[in-house]
Amino acid sequence: MHGYEFYVDPSRCIGCQSCVKACEECETHRGKSMINFDFIDRSRTTATAAYVCWHCDEPTCAMVCPADAIKKGEDGVVQSSLKPRCIGCANCVLACPFGIPKIFPALDQMMKCDMCYDRTSVGKRPMCATVCPSQALSYVRPDEIAGRREKPTNVFYFGKQKITTRVYMMTPAETDSVSLDVLDYVWENSHVTVSQSQ
Amino acid sequence: MSLFRSPSKDPLWKDEFSVFTSDERYVTRRQFTKFLTLASLGMFVGNVWIVAKAYFAKKPVYPTAEVVALGEIPVRGVKLFTYPTPQDNCILVRTGEEEYVAYSQKCTHLSCAVYYSAKNDRLECPCHQGFFSIQDGSVLQGPPPRPLPQIVLEREGGKLVATGVRVNGNG
Repeated sequence: MHGYEFYVDPSRCIGCQSCVKACEECETHRGKSMINFDFIDRSRTTATAAYVCWHCDEPTCAMVCPADAIKKGEDGVVQSSLKPRCIGCANCVLACPFGIPKIFPALDQMMKCDMCYDRTSVGKRPMCATVCPSQALSYVRPDEIAGRREKPTNVFYFGKQKITTRVYMMTPAETDSVSLDVLDYVWENSHVTVSQSQ
Repeated sequence: MSLFRSPSKDPLWKDEFSVFTSDERYVTRRQFTKFLTLASLGMFVGNVWIVAKAYFAKKPVYPTAEVVALGEIPVRGVKLFTYPTPQDNCILVRTGEEEYVAYSQKCTHLSCAVYYSAKNDRLECPCHQGFFSIQDGSVLQGPPPRPLPQIVLEREGGKLVATGVRVNGNG
């Protein structure tokens, strides 16, 4: 759509959380940030990672929704749950391998990054990408990202589950995909990812 | 969205509740509203067409046909004839010395042949007890929804001739 693609490069993230604040300004979910912001092994490193919804080609969150509340549009954006349908069961929260959907018990509804649908659908950049000072979140044309050292990929393996996404992850040049097995991290104390609460 | 459901390899629940909006087959509220609007527009156009057709329709032309010679039947006598075509049975009644009336014999309820009851001085349909006035063919009793069509009679010399059919409204 409009020739832009979303690229996430956690290695560029400086932890300023501008994206978190900018996301809160979005008119469709004002006051609630849809950015997933992680401190990675906070006791040892200052490294952080901010990322948005990856907008999977076959979105697991929508597949598991019992209320048919999550829809992927023809433009490839996985939307927030439909308010009249969402029952707040949090199936999507548990199922998403990326940990993207957020449940809001006060609203009894799941909300997630919809790539600033009100903006990107008319050719504007998402709020987070407009404010990111290091362009860890960037919404640019593919030829602009080609100048970077890292290589964009949108193929992820979570154990045996292969996921292709609309949003690209910037990875080392020699890799073609990102491979993670969640089970590798469950029982290991040395690799604890602490997700920041909202 | 396809208009008609085509066979799918997916299980029904997956087929009906697709996560992709492009595969959704259910009618959205907006589509339904569009359908309602267009359907009522179609009804309106159809009604206008019917009214226009009735308004511009040609008046039928009736032939002149001889029915009976004056005095051929007695007072309160009856003669059956066909008018305007041989398939349209009619009934002529001499109600007075100089008074004749004629009606279509086809009951407006279910097309049974009505007869003249001299005792009650009215036209009666034997099928469902529908009674018609002998004066103007209007419904006196029973299920018929409309008066009997009246045959217009004129005197021509010593004969009565039929010159038209007068269809009365919902009297």
